Amino acid sequence: MKAKRNNMKAQTLYDKLWNAHVVRQEADGTALIYIDRHLVHEVTSPQAFEGLKLAGRKVWRTASILAVADHNVPTTARAQGIADPVSRLQVETLDSNCAEFGVNEFKMSDVRQGIVHVIGPEQGATLPGMTVVCGDSHTSTHGAFAALAFGIGTSEVEHVMATQCLLTKKTKAMQVLVNGTLGKGVTAKDIALAVIGKIGTAGGTGYAIEFAGTTIRGLSMEGRMTVCNMAIEAGARAGMIAADYTTINYLKGRPFAPQGELWDKAVAYWHTLHSDEGAQFDQVVKLDAAQIKPQVTWGTSPEMVVAVDGRVPDPATMSDAVKRQAAERALQYMGLAANTPIAEIRIDKVFIGSCTNSRIEDLRAAAVIAQGKHVAANVKLAMVVPGSGLVKRQAEQEGLDKIFIAAGFEWREPGCSMCLAMNDDKLSPGERCASTSNRNFEGRQGQGGRTHLVSPEMAAAAAISGHFVDVSKL
Amino acid sequence: MQKFTMLNGLVAPLDRANVDTDAIIPKQFLKSIKRSGFGPNLFDEWRYLDHGEPGRDNSGRPLNPDFVLNQPRYKGAQILLARENFGCGSSREHAPWALGDYGFRAIIATSFADIFFNNCFKNGLLPIRLAAEQVDELFKAVAAHAGYKLAIDLEQQTISALDGKVYKFEVETFRKHCLLNGLDDIGLTLQHVDEIKSYEAMHRAAQPWL
Repeated sequence: MKAKRNNMKAQTLYDKLWNAHVVRQEADGTALIYIDRHLVHEVTSPQAFEGLKLAGRKVWRTASILAVADHNVPTTARAQGIADPVSRLQVETLDSNCAEFGVNEFKMSDVRQGIVHVIGPEQGATLPGMTVVCGDSHTSTHGAFAALAFGIGTSEVEHVMATQCLLTKKTKAMQVLVNGTLGKGVTAKDIALAVIGKIGTAGGTGYAIEFAGTTIRGLSMEGRMTVCNMAIEAGARAGMIAADYTTINYLKGRPFAPQGELWDKAVAYWHTLHSDEGAQFDQVVKLDAAQIKPQVTWGTSPEMVVAVDGRVPDPATMSDAVKRQAAERALQYMGLAANTPIAEIRIDKVFIGSCTNSRIEDLRAAAVIAQGKHVAANVKLAMVVPGSGLVKRQAEQEGLDKIFIAAGFEWREPGCSMCLAMNDDKLSPGERCASTSNRNFEGRQGQGGRTHLVSPEMAAAAAISGHFVDVSKL
Repeated sequence: MQKFTMLNGLVAPLDRANVDTDAIIPKQFLKSIKRSGFGPNLFDEWRYLDHGEPGRDNSGRPLNPDFVLNQPRYKGAQILLARENFGCGSSREHAPWALGDYGFRAIIATSFADIFFNNCFKNGLLPIRLAAEQVDELFKAVAAHAGYKLAIDLEQQTISALDGKVYKFEVETFRKHCLLNGLDDIGLTLQHVDEIKSYEAMHRAAQPWL
C-alpha cells in the first residue's frame, strides 16, 4: 500500500514542466502560465505587434523573444532581396517591429538566419525546463529538450508579448514508448510517421505526448527534434522527451546557453526533467522499433501512411464510411490507383528541408545516398534547403554541398521553402513530390501538388531512382 | 472581441473529416499583415476553379459549382457543420479570421484540433463539439430541408432545431464567460500584474540562467 501511495506522487515530465510555470489558476482549471522563450516569425506576428501599438502596450520581456523571417524568404539569390512585394512587406514589417520594440532579430542577411525551429535549439535559445511558444504549430519541436513547447495563434502571440503569460488549461498526458533497435535505413522520421499511422492524426488531440523508451533515448537531438516536431501531426500540441546527457552535450557552449557556474546549476536542474518511476499517463502507446520500416504517405493526411514495401490501400476494404470517403478523395487528388505498390510510384520533384528534416544530420544522411549517383531523368527538380545559415555552412565545410550538386541536386539558401510554398518554391498542379516535410495536405506544397512524406534517406533515394525505393535494401 | 450570446443562423454542411487550416485559408493569403479581408479567400482552392492570389479581385473568378458554399441555398450561412478533427494542421489564426470574415459565427463538428479550437474563442467564433451520431443527424437534417436553421444559446449551452429537438453542448466556464461578455484576454490578464511579477522574481531566482 505504501508503495502505491508513493506512486501516486510520481510526476510525469509534463507535470513537472507545467507545475513549475503556473502563475495562477481559475476555478475551472484555466491557468495563467509563464512563458520563458517566445520565438517569432514574420507570418503570425504583424497583427500581434499592431495590437500592442493600438492598445499602447509594451513587450513585457524583450529578452525572451528571438525573431527571424523564415516562411517568406527566397532560397535563391538572397542578396537581391525578395521579389514578391507582398512577401517583402511582411518581412520588412517584422524588421521594423523588432527595431521599434527592441526585439532581437536575425535578419535575412545574417548567417544565423534560418527556420525558427532550427535556430532556436542551434543557438541554445531553447533550454530544458523552459516553456517555449511560437505562432507556429511546429513549436512542438522544442519539446525534444525537455521543454514544454507548443504553437499558439496570433492573439496569443500578442498576449505573451504583453503579459509574458498564456491562458491555457492542462491537457491529458500520453506516453509513446518506442523500444528496440531501428533497422537499417529506418530513421526518426519513420518513427514519427509510424506513430501517426498508429494513433491517427487526431490521436493526440487533447494530449501532451512524451516520447520515451530505449529507441528514443538512442536518438540524437536532431532525431528527437524530428519526432517531437511531428507530434502536432498526431494532434498533440506538445511533444517532449526527457533531458539526458545527449541533451546536455548538445547544448554546451551554444551562444544562448548558460556558462560557468550557471551552467552547472542549470545542468543539475535539467537532470530532474524526466518522468518519475511509476508516473501515471492517461494513455500509453507502445511501438516496437524493429517492426518499423521506412514509411511513405500515400494520401492527403499524415495518417495515410504505409511502409515502402506496401501498397496504396483500397478504400473499398474500409468499413468506416467517413474514412472510406476520405481515402477515395485522397486517391483521386493524389492521382493514385488502389493497390499500386509504393515502389512503383514515380516522382517529379524532391524536397529535402523543413523544420522536420533540415538539420546537419539529415543532410549527411541524404548525402550518403546521393554520393556518386545522379538524380533520375524524370525528376525535374531535386532541392536541398538547409535549415539555417549555420547548418548550410557546416554542410559546406563537410563537402556535402559538392556531393549534392554533383548528383544534380540544387543547393539552396535556408528557409521554410517548399514545406508550405509561401515563397517561389512550389509544386505545379499534378506534380508529385518526395518531401521530407511534415504535411501532405491538399495544396500544401502548391495548388494541385501531390506530396509524399518521407525521411531524408528515402527522399534522396527517390531522387536517384525516380521512384520510391526501400532504403533498407540498398 | 465580438460577444457571442445567441445565434439563430442558417447551417452549411462541409462533409469532410480532417479539414486542415491550409484548406481553410491557403498560404499565399498569410502574407497579409492585417487581421481582416480573408473572407473572399476562405476555402479558396475548393471554392474557385482558378488559382487565387492576395490583392486580386475575387468577384470575377470562376466558382466551383460543386463546392457546397457556392450553392445558393447556403448563401448567408452563419453556422458551419463539419466532421472530425476540423481545423487540424497549421496554427494560423487566419483560419478563424477567414471563417468569421465570411460570416460564420459558430462551427459544429465531431471534434476540433486543439490550436484551432483555442483560436476560435479569441475571435468571437464558437466551436461546438457534438457526438458523431448527433453530427450525423444534423447532416441529414440539413440535406433534407432547404434553409435549415439552428438556434444556439451559449448561456444555456443548447442548440435548438426547428423540429423542437434540443442538443446540449459543453463549453469551459472561463471561455464561456469571455465569449458572453466579449472580454479581451490581455486586459483580464493584466489585472494580475502583481502576481505575474512575483512569480517572475521567484522563477528567475530559482533558474537564474533564464
